[in-house]
Amino acid sequence: MTRAGGVRILVAAGLVLSLEICCRSGIINMATMIPPSEMLGAIVDLARSGRLLKESLPTFRNVTIAFVLAVGLGVIGGTVLHSLPRVRRVLDPLLASYYAVPFFALYPLFVVIFGLNDWPLIMIGIVFAGVAVVVSTLNGIDRVPPVLLKVARIYRMSRTAQVGLVILPAIALPLFTGIKLALAYSFIGILAGEFILASAGIGHAIAFAYDAFDNRTMYGLIAFTLILVTLMNMGLQACERLLLKGRSR
Amino acid sequence: MALVREQGTPSPSGPNGRPRELAPQSGLATVGTSELHARLTGVTKVFPSPSGENPVHALGPINMAVERGEFFAIVGPSGCGKSTLLDILAGLASPTDGTVVFENKPISGEVPPGIGVVFQEDASFPWLTVWDNVAFGLRRAGFERGETTKRVEHWLRFMGLADFARAHPAHLSGGMRQRVCIARTLVLEPRMILLDEPFGALDQQTRLLMGDELLRLWRATGATVVLITHAIDEACMLADRVGVMTARPGRFADVAVTRWPSDRDSRIVSDQSFGQLTGRVWSILRDESIKAIGRADGDIGGRSP
Repeated sequence: MTRAGGVRILVAAGLVLSLEICCRSGIINMATMIPPSEMLGAIVDLARSGRLLKESLPTFRNVTIAFVLAVGLGVIGGTVLHSLPRVRRVLDPLLASYYAVPFFALYPLFVVIFGLNDWPLIMIGIVFAGVAVVVSTLNGIDRVPPVLLKVARIYRMSRTAQVGLVILPAIALPLFTGIKLALAYSFIGILAGEFILASAGIGHAIAFAYDAFDNRTMYGLIAFTLILVTLMNMGLQACERLLLKGRSR
Repeated sequence: MALVREQGTPSPSGPNGRPRELAPQSGLATVGTSELHARLTGVTKVFPSPSGENPVHALGPINMAVERGEFFAIVGPSGCGKSTLLDILAGLASPTDGTVVFENKPISGEVPPGIGVVFQEDASFPWLTVWDNVAFGLRRAGFERGETTKRVEHWLRFMGLADFARAHPAHLSGGMRQRVCIARTLVLEPRMILLDEPFGALDQQTRLLMGDELLRLWRATGATVVLITHAIDEACMLADRVGVMTARPGRFADVAVTRWPSDRDSRIVSDQSFGQLTGRVWSILRDESIKAIGRADGDIGGRSP
């Protein structure tokens, strides 16, 4: 582990310990927030009862579908948009201001289009995450050294081969930034959608516990979500390090 | 080892004793001894301006012929269209007018088999190891594994990169990365190698030594070499013929035949006739460079005195 990594863990542990002390000493009212140790206990209890798995499965299934589609469609969309400069000039201002649009307002529209099932939620996840991948793909291709594209032409590569063998490896670094954002945005989109309308999933369970003043379950699920998303991001960062190994001095 | 004028071109000396600007545009520039490998006839390149007005006439008309196995160098002032000429010869760009023929077949919008190109910029793939970089073209061409290994190992040894086969380009010096690109080109055994200022980013000592390596591989492969460079000494040391281009639109002002022995190396720079040759090339290039710089001043705002 690097020195910076060690410091990060110490800071996180310090914050958790401070929260524990604040809650236990009454600085923070236990009716408002429970201590982290209680949250861990709640996670263990939820896991033992089987409820954690039951609530998690639909959320992770939908996040996985939204994430994979957002990355796939984002890379394809970004590549196609890069090859159409006029269309890109038209869309650039929209991409720049994209995250100012309140997408959750589109939820009823998605329900009308896709029906009362998981797809409106998944669509929220895709539209929320996909543009991050489109933008990172565009930025990445912009930075591909033209000489590498000339090399691809010397090897008489088809456009598909150029994308697969030269462009995608060349944009791996900015693309991975977009992929990490896409994971976070997929989670945000799906969880937020579950809060509003879904009848299952972690977001729905958190909202249900909130309405029922069940702080232990609510904080347990929130802590579980935070831990899981952090672990997934760490996994992605490990993949990034592996992928980019040897590329920099 | 005497400096020889191109056949059919005027004498280098003008009436005031200074070398004249020579323009063998009417005839093809060849040594005239062996098989023709590539030919450019009446090639011009005009780039449209973004506004649609005042298109940029970058090149030509150029007539040029390169013989099989020849080492031909091209020097010229900045912006004269040297790289554009190389792109057209490689099939990476299409001429506005004129024809390009390689091995008796016209080149049209695609790099023909048998041509390898090395660029000034680092064109190694940073995500691949040195070994995989060099093997890239062979794998694309569908060579079997045994042949790929044999060729890659041969060229890694030849280029002094065998100990760095598993390293990524980021861990190599600029000169070594350029050797990776040269090895990646040569491993496919091209019949014509086009080099676009391949040593431009290197220091003088490394450039001289890389020049020696280039001569060594030219002799070893028997390939035709066309070298674009802004370094007069490099062109005069390496080439059988040196084409000197005019300021934009680039044309050949002169083509000098060096008559160096084929087993030459960088020590030839101490030869007396080397100084005469570089002096002659510079005298033409100087005038053209002044024209190019003068035009650039005019472009900036016409404030030149």
